[in-house]
Amino acid sequence: MTALAADRRTRRPFRLAVPPVSGVLRPRLILVCAALVLAVCLLLCWGVAIGDYPVSFPDVVKALAGSGDPGTVLVVQELRLPRALTGLLVGVAFGISGALFQTMTRNPLASPDMIGLTEGAGTAVVAGIVLGWDGGLGIQTLGLLGALGTALLVYLLAWKNGATGYRIILVGIGVSWMCTSATDYLLARGRQFEAQAALGWLVGNLNGRTWSQVDTLALTMVVLVPMALATGRWLRTLQLGDDVAAGLGTPVRTARLVLMLVGVGLIAFGTAAAGPVAFVALAAPQIAQRLAGTAWPPLVASGLTGALVVLGSDLVAREVIPGTELPVGIVTGVVGAPVLLWLLIRTNRAGSGG
Amino acid sequence: MNRRRSLRPVLLCVLLALLLTALCLLSIALGAVSIPPGQALRALFGHPDSQLTQNIIWSARVPRTALGLAAGAALGLSGALMQALTRNPLADPGILGVSAGAAFGIVLAIAVLGVGSLYGYVWFAFAGALAASVVVFVLGRSGRSGATPVKLALAGVAVTSLLFSLTNAIVLTDPDALNRYRFWSVGSLADQDSDVVLRILPFLGVGALLALAMAPALNSLALGDDVAASLGRRLHLVRLQGVTAVMLLTGAAVAVIGPVVFLGLVVPHIARILSQYAGIGPDNRWLLPLSAVLAPCLLLAADIVGRMVDRPVEIQAGALVAFIGGPFFIALVRRRKLAEV
Repeated sequence: MTALAADRRTRRPFRLAVPPVSGVLRPRLILVCAALVLAVCLLLCWGVAIGDYPVSFPDVVKALAGSGDPGTVLVVQELRLPRALTGLLVGVAFGISGALFQTMTRNPLASPDMIGLTEGAGTAVVAGIVLGWDGGLGIQTLGLLGALGTALLVYLLAWKNGATGYRIILVGIGVSWMCTSATDYLLARGRQFEAQAALGWLVGNLNGRTWSQVDTLALTMVVLVPMALATGRWLRTLQLGDDVAAGLGTPVRTARLVLMLVGVGLIAFGTAAAGPVAFVALAAPQIAQRLAGTAWPPLVASGLTGALVVLGSDLVAREVIPGTELPVGIVTGVVGAPVLLWLLIRTNRAGSGG
Repeated sequence: MNRRRSLRPVLLCVLLALLLTALCLLSIALGAVSIPPGQALRALFGHPDSQLTQNIIWSARVPRTALGLAAGAALGLSGALMQALTRNPLADPGILGVSAGAAFGIVLAIAVLGVGSLYGYVWFAFAGALAASVVVFVLGRSGRSGATPVKLALAGVAVTSLLFSLTNAIVLTDPDALNRYRFWSVGSLADQDSDVVLRILPFLGVGALLALAMAPALNSLALGDDVAASLGRRLHLVRLQGVTAVMLLTGAAVAVIGPVVFLGLVVPHIARILSQYAGIGPDNRWLLPLSAVLAPCLLLAADIVGRMVDRPVEIQAGALVAFIGGPFFIALVRRRKLAEV
């Protein structure tokens, strides 16, 4: 039923039925993806162009290709590109991870922050800053360890003859609130200067990224994103409920474990690179779903929307108050929320699909 | 239905009432100066052993306990209400923009208007909470299909994150605001005037009445919008009533004790699991009162523990609620084969 309804909604799907290639082409989804790619490229160049030393658009393109004035190449490639690329990759990671979790649990509120990963990362980092337990690891590593550790804890606690998605979420909520409490307590206990430093990380930040951070993130994404895309078929059946999915031949347990691992990996490395940038993982899939007019959050479009939100927020954060650079996580709400609200008001669909 | 089974809900209620009474007594007796229960009881009923115990109990402990009871019950009730209203087990009262609105109100009062005292900014928090939830409801019900659960939840999340962004932007650029905000945001029952409880009580009372009165309507709503409509429920009115109740309950509670959202999210789940044990099932006529009793138990327990661990320094109740409730919640979730809500 869902598939039929979805087909009808996308107006005129083409069914390619020339073996060995067959499948459904959704013109609107493809169009939306193309438009998103274009917008992301544009914002990336724009983000690289502005700053204390403005570079014109043609020069940016030339410098990205490695030619042109050596000074400009240095500024563009060494100083500004890592920041922009981190924003792009983090956005893609959060968007795809959010889409995975929301589809798997069939709940638009089930963003990965809900099950405690970002909170765990936050607690680890704040403890490092406030209590001085840094141990020379650096904030990024602490964040990564915190996120992965929390994920493992949640999975182990939820394990009882297998782990169902619903139990994982409920256990995750419990763990997530314990982490939040710990973070709040540490923030209230810490000295004001430390509290401010910790808060700066806690809202998500793209300032001062270097190539080494981009490399780590890019490497994990090269592994995880194709895995996420390859599971698309499982996602579509899981969304119909576990019983139906099993009936359609999906190995439910394996599918859920793989999806969970991919989602957790994406969110953990993303958080380590930029801090828990709020709202992206929750909003991007919902925005993409409404843009593409599908019945589920489309993975590629979700990732692109995530990148668009993060890059756009970064631009706003740098430009809105001249002289100060707000952390990007503060702006994602301001940029993403109106879009989501507008789409919510505009889309006219009754029932729980809302 | 056999007789033993029908006794179980009553037993559950009696047990919970006993637990709550015991916690109230403990909350009155324990603290930086511990008072033996006998003396505490005598002071409560007007025969104090000394002026000192009289003062401690009536000017510090009783208002604090009353605040814990009132705010806890309000948060638990509005949590259960919110989850039934949006038909989403992950919804909490904060999702309606209430906590975010309150936080924004407080930060605005501190940073822009220079309001210094707690007493002054409680009202800004309340105003912020009310304004935010009205905006969420209006946005959530616009469009031709009216207010659907998903739209309401998503509109709430969007407005919440918008407001939190603005709050954080102010807090990060204004160190003074950060300093006061971080203490409010941890959630504390201490140092509150007894006046504050009395002043928020009317709001809580009206909210609680509205909430409890709509339990049967929520039961119909659980069957889906169409079924509820064909059972004669007017969906718009039910949603309006529910949102008003959540707004009053959470707005008042959060304004005073800070955003202790964990209670609203988790207590309804605990109530649901307990009611499964008692053989009642997910009946909102039981779930709402159960949540209203369980939440203050948890809040008072957290407050008492916060006073005792590190005497005479106190740890704020809001920071401890999750630490005391979390493990208990996880254990319950693990024990029971969960019915999907």
